[in-house]
Amino acid sequence: MIEIDGLSKSFTLHNQGGAVIPVMAGAHLHVAPGDCVALTGSSGAGKSTLMRMIYGNYRANAGRILVGDTDVARAAPREIIQLRRHTLGYVSQFLRVVPRVPTRDVVAEPLLILGTPREAALARAEALLARLNIPERLWSLSPTTFSGGEQQRVNIARGFAHDFPALLLDEPTASLDATNRKVVLTLIEEAKARGAAIVGIFHDEAARARVCDREVDVTAFTPARAA
Amino acid sequence: MTPLLNVRDLAKFYGSRRGCEGVSFDLWPGEVMGIVGESGSGKSTLLSCLAGHLAPDRGEVIFDTQLHGPRDTLTMSEPERRMLMRTDWAFVHQHARDGLRMGVSAGGNVGERLMAVGARHYGQIRDQAIDWLGRVEIAADRIDDKPQAFSGGMQQRLQIARNLVTGPRLVFMDEPTGGLDVSVQARLLDLLRGLVREMGLSAIIVTHDLAVVRLLADRLMVMKDGRVVEEGLTDQVLDDPQHGYTQLLVSSVLQV
Repeated sequence: MIEIDGLSKSFTLHNQGGAVIPVMAGAHLHVAPGDCVALTGSSGAGKSTLMRMIYGNYRANAGRILVGDTDVARAAPREIIQLRRHTLGYVSQFLRVVPRVPTRDVVAEPLLILGTPREAALARAEALLARLNIPERLWSLSPTTFSGGEQQRVNIARGFAHDFPALLLDEPTASLDATNRKVVLTLIEEAKARGAAIVGIFHDEAARARVCDREVDVTAFTPARAA
Repeated sequence: MTPLLNVRDLAKFYGSRRGCEGVSFDLWPGEVMGIVGESGSGKSTLLSCLAGHLAPDRGEVIFDTQLHGPRDTLTMSEPERRMLMRTDWAFVHQHARDGLRMGVSAGGNVGERLMAVGARHYGQIRDQAIDWLGRVEIAADRIDDKPQAFSGGMQQRLQIARNLVTGPRLVFMDEPTGGLDVSVQARLLDLLRGLVREMGLSAIIVTHDLAVVRLLADRLMVMKDGRVVEEGLTDQVLDDPQHGYTQLLVSSVLQV
């Protein structure tokens, strides 16, 4: 479902003397449907960079990032927009929403974009919010004022609202208590069972051991840095 | 699928000074494109050329019309272009007073657009006006008030109702949230996002506010000195800018 080959990336800082910072070279990764792969490596090794490149958020300099039939490294913006709507979900560490939009609508939005009838989309959103222990009295409020853990759970509910065939999870269990951590791990297991290909970053080792089939150390893709 | 708008090598000069030059892009149905750049970068000139308010010196603006398929809007007759502006296009000005008739009631402002495309039944026009005022969160009992009696945010919402009541397919917006309080901006952004999704609208939004494009636009074009220096997915351009000017623009935003 996700096939990465020969991927490389560098940043050119035009306003800082044109400095070129290579951050990735020769990255490769294959994730089959139903597989969950954990990206590992120390901070700064490029785990988030690789995830962002799969999502099309960072541009690739060379190589191939196949998600389904789409090569994200070469696709036109509208192809990536379609891919993100239908195929590729991303749970980032931070919730970014239009202020004042109720939590229920924030979670339902990925379904509404796909044309799911409003009642069905809201019902699915509410079921996920309930599972993730967000109190019902908060559903009609904007999540912008919620605590960090609550925002994280809203973000997860939003990411799991549509059954994406491929999912990227950036620290999905960070800042969660034991109860909610279990709910999230169950959601991940359910996604795997229905055949989702998952790439994740988990600093939580027990979580990684429970849901991930393999680990890929991205340090192998980090270019040697000139001292 | 045909692009809704196909722009080729558009250029506009003011004497020898470049307004915009070499602009080409496709806009697809349901897409929202943002155009950013500092004052004087040519973004408003470009929008005016696209919307038929300014005659460009060169280029093509091919729009997929409902009746006749793709047509170059620059070479069509003036009456044809005027009809297109009433049926298929809408233009939301930064200052609501430029897009509203300030001496006409709120209901009249909305109804006037309907009459311009042939609606004649007073009761139906009024019902549709009330429906649209509701959709932009203006209470029905304000229908007979003139826009002068409205706050800035309400005027902007009324302008949007007036523009969208005829069910256009392409909306041009010039700094639609400029000059509004941040709380009013948020409400307007949410409204616009909902309308874009429900009506399947395509939109071109000119703004200098990067937070606004991040929330509203699927794609982004960055302009400098009348030329497009970078374009791509909105979050990609903002998070991994390739051009030096875009890097400067993104790094100059104050964090809150």
